[in-house]
Amino acid sequence: MAEEREPPPLGDVGQADFVEVEDGEDLFVSTVTTIEQLSPTTPEPSCLPAEDISTNSNGPKQEILLDDDQEDLFAEATEEVSLDSPEREPILSDGPSPAITPVTPTVIITPRAEASMFDRSLDEDEDTEENGDTFDMQITVSDPEKVGDGMNAYMAYKVTTKTSLNLFSRNEFSVKRRFSDFLGLHSKLASKYMHIGYIVPPAPEKSIVGMTKVKVGKEDLSSAEFVEKRRSALQRYLTRTVTHPALLKDPDVIQFLENTELPRAVSTQALSGAGILRMVNKAAEAVNKMTIKMNESDAWFEEKQQQFENLDIQLRKLHASVESLVCHRKELSVNTASFAKSAAMLGNSEDHTALSRALSQLAEVEEKIDQLHQEQAYADFYLFSELLGDYVRLIAAVKGVFDQRMKTWSKWQDAQLLLQRKREAETKLQYANKPDKLQQAKDEIKEWETKVQQGERDFEQISKNIRQEVGRFELIKYWEAFLPEAKAIA
Amino acid sequence: CEVHSCISRDSHPRAVNVDLQTDATLQVDISDALSERDKVKFTVHTKSTLPNFKQNEFSVVRQHEEFIWLHDSFVENEDYAGFIIPPAPPRPDFDASREKLQKLGEGEGSMTKEEFTKMKQELEAEYLAIFKKTVAMHEVFLCRVAAHPVLRKDLNFHVFLEYNQDLSVRGKNKKEKLEDFFKNVVKSADGVIVAGVKDVDDFFEHEKTFLLEYHNRVKDASIKSDRMIRSHKSKLHIPFPHLFPHLFPHLFPHLFVRFFLKVSELFEKTRKIEARVAADEDLKLADLLKYYLRESQAAKDLLYRRGRALVDYENANKALDKARAKNKDVLQAETTQQVCCQKFEKISESAKQELIDFKTRRVAAFRKNLVELAELELKHAKGNLQLLQSCLAVLKGDT
Repeated sequence: MAEEREPPPLGDVGQADFVEVEDGEDLFVSTVTTIEQLSPTTPEPSCLPAEDISTNSNGPKQEILLDDDQEDLFAEATEEVSLDSPEREPILSDGPSPAITPVTPTVIITPRAEASMFDRSLDEDEDTEENGDTFDMQITVSDPEKVGDGMNAYMAYKVTTKTSLNLFSRNEFSVKRRFSDFLGLHSKLASKYMHIGYIVPPAPEKSIVGMTKVKVGKEDLSSAEFVEKRRSALQRYLTRTVTHPALLKDPDVIQFLENTELPRAVSTQALSGAGILRMVNKAAEAVNKMTIKMNESDAWFEEKQQQFENLDIQLRKLHASVESLVCHRKELSVNTASFAKSAAMLGNSEDHTALSRALSQLAEVEEKIDQLHQEQAYADFYLFSELLGDYVRLIAAVKGVFDQRMKTWSKWQDAQLLLQRKREAETKLQYANKPDKLQQAKDEIKEWETKVQQGERDFEQISKNIRQEVGRFELIKYWEAFLPEAKAIA
Repeated sequence: CEVHSCISRDSHPRAVNVDLQTDATLQVDISDALSERDKVKFTVHTKSTLPNFKQNEFSVVRQHEEFIWLHDSFVENEDYAGFIIPPAPPRPDFDASREKLQKLGEGEGSMTKEEFTKMKQELEAEYLAIFKKTVAMHEVFLCRVAAHPVLRKDLNFHVFLEYNQDLSVRGKNKKEKLEDFFKNVVKSADGVIVAGVKDVDDFFEHEKTFLLEYHNRVKDASIKSDRMIRSHKSKLHIPFPHLFPHLFPHLFPHLFVRFFLKVSELFEKTRKIEARVAADEDLKLADLLKYYLRESQAAKDLLYRRGRALVDYENANKALDKARAKNKDVLQAETTQQVCCQKFEKISESAKQELIDFKTRRVAAFRKNLVELAELELKHAKGNLQLLQSCLAVLKGDT
């Protein structure tokens, strides 16, 4: 099967990687242009902007808050990175607001033969350096171990982090985590960031069937596969999470990576009360989505949403096809194996020696072909369909973010409506000449006014965030999925 | 729906399973074939310098049932007991293909135009392939008969070749099929008994064991290879959605979209190659095994007949001894014994030769087909490799 390669030392870059970077350049050129369309900032290639605050044309209001600064900084940092990519310099920016250092962590993924392909995470504007000589952060998930016995058993994964960032106390450390820990992290991040509009990378799915097999202790191929699949999915998940600049700084994430002991995330159990609550929530949200009719003022959003829908449908179809392809390949390999055996027997019984030899050689060849087919099947499976699955889930997350935006909008609208009503009430009171009630009404009005303003600001914020997120999402690098396959054939 | 396919002489592949000497005195082939709703009409073309025939070159139209009739007439002919009767060609079976075409027609509304035409083309190609195969099988049968020194002189065979009216051979009705079934049961029971008798002659004893084992293994190999090829083919019927680039003009600049586009294209192309691989495997390997399955069965039948004759001979001997002992009906017993002896010896003699020929033929056929199979697989693998490499290059150099 695919062999594992050791993570390359700094600067040791394979041939393939170089080419990828070149493509990266082009990738970024086009992305730069897209971003430039959004925010007419002129990036300066030589140095980082110190205190520049660009004027965004994103939201309807031009409120420059501290948040915005950082967003702009990020945007510019993005552009910086992209333009610097050919030179491959590490980009460590020291922004004007030192509270949060906008770092651009680059991530190098352990190039396990199967894993390396899809470990290219989405938001890769910072990742140009992954093939280069410097990297700032590297996360690996490895060594799945079965802990415990029976139905209470679980797989513990070792999460190793190598980093030179100042965020972390040490440069290299590892902890043991189990699957529910990952899910817990994801739910915390989601609750914190989804409603502001960040695209939180989705965690791998729970699979009761798979885990039960592992728990029961079946040492067969499918459970090993399952564990392997999960392991690489977890690695990708973590990688994506830390590549997101805001998420990286989140204390939960840091805690997750550093602390040896983590409180059990019980609410992620599939059959728990929390799980059921979640399902109910999801259903309610789905209903809500249908009822909120948003008046889309921004054509950009409408377009993007439509595109994401289309992409989602197409990718799902492709994903289904690839999965069935993989199934068939496996079947084919089984059949080839049985034919090989049969041919060998035929060769045995054949009188004529040369023919006998030829037939047994045919059997051998068929067997080799069968192995090849198996490899192909696994390669396809891991490389392609996993990635597709990832993207499908990611797009779901993106859609979720869009939905959040809609919710914010509706809150804003509601707040406005309420304000309106309060104002009307106030005027009525003025006519009725009730001074104390008047004051109360005035207070309420003030309160609602601020709420409205807040709502509006939230809305803009989320819109802006979404734009940026989508901008980062678009920076997807491809990978040569077929390199191992071609090698295998050759 | 009706499908008419005509095959000209040059387009269909010559029978691949059997290496036969083409003899100028009698050459038989199937020059044309027409497929109608539920039957296939073969045009059997003969070129001969033999004096038996009225002309030197002529053609008749025959149907599958007439081939079967001819085969059965050989089997039932006692004189040919000592020969391996060339196995009868299998019935042309277009049911599966026809069903698929029908399903396609029904589902026409649910697919896009291009998907429909593509599937239709694929199914038609499959139909054509089956058609060609059945023609080849029938031709092989005739050629084997024509090449056999004794069978070629058979009168029924000549009638088959020359008589240009319908032979009015009807397929067996139910009663006859039932009779056949019982006959087969009896025969196989008998076969077991006969096989249990140890043969005097080492050659035949060895052949017997060998053939039994070989036949079983060939059967097994044939089944497995069929299964393998079927799963190879089923892989091809997975619809691959085409990612439409115009849906993502601004969303994903260049690479992402192009990557997935390329990948779908790649899958499409490899599908075509793999289709050809499956078809070739089918032709070279599966057909080969199937044919030798049938022929080894025929060889087994020959051995059975010989065994039967041997048993009869031994029984006649015993009867003769008994008669001599009792001094009753000695003459009759003697004649019976003579007859049996002659029959047995005649069969043995020709059987020996036949079996040796069988082996030679088998080795040659396997060799030819396996070589061709290997070459074809190689060619396709190289094509596949090239495809992947070019795709890789495009992806790498994509800007």
